[in-house]
Amino acid sequence: MTRKPQPVLTGPSGGQAWSASVIGRHHEPVVYELSSPGRRSWSFRTTGMPEWDATDLVPADHLADEPPALPEVSERDLVAHVTRLTQRNYSVDLGAYPLGSCTMKYNPKLCDVASSVPGLTGVHPAQPGEQTQGWLRLLVELEDALCRITGMAAATLQPAAGAQGELTGLLLMRAWHDAAGSPRTKVLIPDSAHGTNPASVTLAGYQTVEVPSDRRGLVDLDALRTLVDDDVAGLMLTNPNTLGLFETDIVEIARLVHEAGGLLYYDGANLNAILGEVRPGDMGFDIVHMNLHKTFAVPHGGGGPGAGPVAVAPRLVEFLPGPRPQLDPETNRYTLTTPPRSIGRIHGWHGNALALARAYAYIRANGGDGLQLVAQTAVLNARYLKERVRDVFDLPYDEPCMHEFVASAANVKRATGVKALDLAKRLIEEGFHPPTMYFPLIVDEALMVEPTETESPQTVEAMAQAFERIVTEAEADGGAAARAAPRTTPVSRVDEVQAAKKLRLRWTPDEERSTAARVPSPLH
Amino acid sequence: MGHSVPHTDAEIAAMLDFLGLASLDDLYAHIPDAVRLAGGLDVAPGAAESDVLAEIDALAAANRPAVGGLVSFAGFGAYEHERPAVVPALTMRSEFVTSYTPYQPELSQGVLQALFEYQSMVCALFGLDVANASLYDAASAAVEGLNLAAAATKRRVAWISRAVHPNIREVVRTLTGPRLELREAPLVDGRTEWPDDLGEAAALLVAYPNVLGCLEDVADAARRAHDAGALLVAQADPVAAGLLRSVGSLGADVAVGEGQPFGTPLGFGGPYVGLFATRNAPYVRRWLPGRLVGETVDADNRRAYVLTLSTREQHIRRAEASSNVCTNQTLIAIAAAIHLAWLGPHGLRELALRCARGARYTREQLLRIPGVEPAVDAPTLYEFALRTPGPAAVVLERLAEEGYLGGVDLAPHYPELGDAILLAVTETRTRAEVDDFASTFEKALR
Repeated sequence: MTRKPQPVLTGPSGGQAWSASVIGRHHEPVVYELSSPGRRSWSFRTTGMPEWDATDLVPADHLADEPPALPEVSERDLVAHVTRLTQRNYSVDLGAYPLGSCTMKYNPKLCDVASSVPGLTGVHPAQPGEQTQGWLRLLVELEDALCRITGMAAATLQPAAGAQGELTGLLLMRAWHDAAGSPRTKVLIPDSAHGTNPASVTLAGYQTVEVPSDRRGLVDLDALRTLVDDDVAGLMLTNPNTLGLFETDIVEIARLVHEAGGLLYYDGANLNAILGEVRPGDMGFDIVHMNLHKTFAVPHGGGGPGAGPVAVAPRLVEFLPGPRPQLDPETNRYTLTTPPRSIGRIHGWHGNALALARAYAYIRANGGDGLQLVAQTAVLNARYLKERVRDVFDLPYDEPCMHEFVASAANVKRATGVKALDLAKRLIEEGFHPPTMYFPLIVDEALMVEPTETESPQTVEAMAQAFERIVTEAEADGGAAARAAPRTTPVSRVDEVQAAKKLRLRWTPDEERSTAARVPSPLH
Repeated sequence: MGHSVPHTDAEIAAMLDFLGLASLDDLYAHIPDAVRLAGGLDVAPGAAESDVLAEIDALAAANRPAVGGLVSFAGFGAYEHERPAVVPALTMRSEFVTSYTPYQPELSQGVLQALFEYQSMVCALFGLDVANASLYDAASAAVEGLNLAAAATKRRVAWISRAVHPNIREVVRTLTGPRLELREAPLVDGRTEWPDDLGEAAALLVAYPNVLGCLEDVADAARRAHDAGALLVAQADPVAAGLLRSVGSLGADVAVGEGQPFGTPLGFGGPYVGLFATRNAPYVRRWLPGRLVGETVDADNRRAYVLTLSTREQHIRRAEASSNVCTNQTLIAIAAAIHLAWLGPHGLRELALRCARGARYTREQLLRIPGVEPAVDAPTLYEFALRTPGPAAVVLERLAEEGYLGGVDLAPHYPELGDAILLAVTETRTRAEVDDFASTFEKALR
């Protein structure tokens, strides 16, 4: 029987969103359906320019007969429409979002303000350095802080997201081996890794070789020994890994990879668990990407923008993407310079600069001590929640978890036929966004739960009670309620199969709806 | 207590007690001492909100922003445009800002429908059938366009016009280097001259208008590409699309572009949004990069939206995925969709027309100055290159002293043009500003 929490940890929860109201059960029209010919919102500055006609300005063979088919709506209708759309969407600001691996922590509003300052937003990316000293200094200081946090020598801030950071890191790996005169062909990746890892490996021109996990959920050292050879460019590792477990053999893993001449790549998806406790550089990693939209609270924006800086060990600095913002110690001015053996540009400009400004503000507000507390509390919340659901779900890899844990609902499925998917949908009705489901792939009926440090103990406890309730309910009703869930959302269970079969990828008027934007089968 | 953690000391003690631990440090007890960091991070201690904002203000004050500081004639892939009040007001809504990728469709209809509307508008801009839910920027969209073409044609040679933005060409070189063979098509008088023999080409990449503002012959590029069995990837300016024939109607198979002009501030280059659209072709199901939203129904047969064709993507197909894209630029895409709906077809046309009028007027004023000449002769729309008597960098420096961002020095990128400045004029510039600019420009040459 699970032990009960102390009263101080229970009570009304700030993160449980089950009071969120939804008006109506009708669909929201597409903005095109609100369109009325001739209706308009737009106006432009009075400029006094000569009013030449389009035919005076554009050669006839380039001039379109008609402008693109956009909707024609009033500003009032547009605002109402978009506002209603926002009311059909869950968010961290509404309630807890324990989506494992995604780190849906609260994003301080301070960072919104910091990234909206006109002196930052109004700067053109091609302005000469003497006009952008503030921006360059911000980027240099952010790079410095990220290097201190990760224990690395230097970083590029260009990658726009984690996956672009991965590709950048792998291209650095390739450049290093090429420069050493020993090109290699394979990159090792644990079987628990994010899908972006092998996808990035392919784009970097390497082949993925999968390393199995052992019964603890960690890299199988014996298997690794047989896989490491002089054709291995490196190993990509997430630590803590996607099971939320710290790879405690990391020193030996690093030794094996380095002795074979390979490089060690740190996937920073879970860096938030170890801030101030362990640094990737001290574990022996040569290349580190960070997801600033996870660890450093850049909001996810419905899927982006994020930022994926890559930090490296001293021997890789000369290969970093350029141009890099740097402080010239002689003039005490900030400049943009390209390293001598740079792999080249990764981003059209300097990266997702305004997202970088958010991360800068977050790091400054928390400070070194605050970041360590962020990590500790993230782990504390996850460890607590895991213990609270110990009797509710299977825990196939029952090692001490870090900032997240992976439970298996296989026990519930065996007993009631209810799948992890159904439990996730039922949890919505309890006022929580579901955890990540069916990942990592090595866990049956996986539920990957990451409460984050910004949820109070009462919210974490409320999550535990919600999990208990929905499983107890499934045992009682055979899963009827879970399979019918969610019933409190703007739409009920969505038909994903039909979406893929009858592709409708853009709006078209009714008479065209039967044929438009259909993509023919079979697969190419 | 730190800035971001709600727990009281008593609550932490109770949680540790529940776990049978003595301290927060014990949470890491299983990690080998050899890799533990002693003494915490060597990062400055935390600061109060108002102190952080004061620091940010000080950094911002060390910039001379193109908008709100200088009067700007800079373009070169990033443009100053009016930003209607509705765009920040709606885009800052926290339901958009603080949600994740819409994996749970029942909780994400708002973001999904906004992206569906965005996809519909991107298709309209480019005259194509299928648009994805955004990529990082124009450069990443160009990379993905070439990757798509290589996968669809099972070839690996890509011809890139020299009049594609130099930063985009460099990103393409960096990111496709291990897999594609890139060849550059030269410029003649501001426009691309494609070789007669394109070989086993997978793709041609052309920009419309190109980086020098010139109007390329997209239809000719499409014919050449198709005759060679290649796809035409066109980097199309979405503002110019208000006046110009769509690249889809001119034969492009893939359109990529930079969505920054619609609702996104210059922001020192990001975050922007990569537009991506293509034809209704068999390769879409297997090789389209990025997230894609489709319309479907819910269990009660009501209209609903969901991420679709995910079997192309990295989280399903892993090493065989069409792309590694995961996080994209959704919020910026939503901003673009809101701005485009605010403009409508006639507002977009008016916007493009105003840019073209301003550019014509500015160009005429500057060409009256002795020694200033067109750098190339091909027709332009709202961005153009002028040759200056003497180094452009010096002219631009003098203009900056007088409060103007006078354009971008082309010498580092196109030395073959001599001393040349690239200028863009948008709807934001007034006739009076241009008149003053022209007289300052003339003085700067002395």
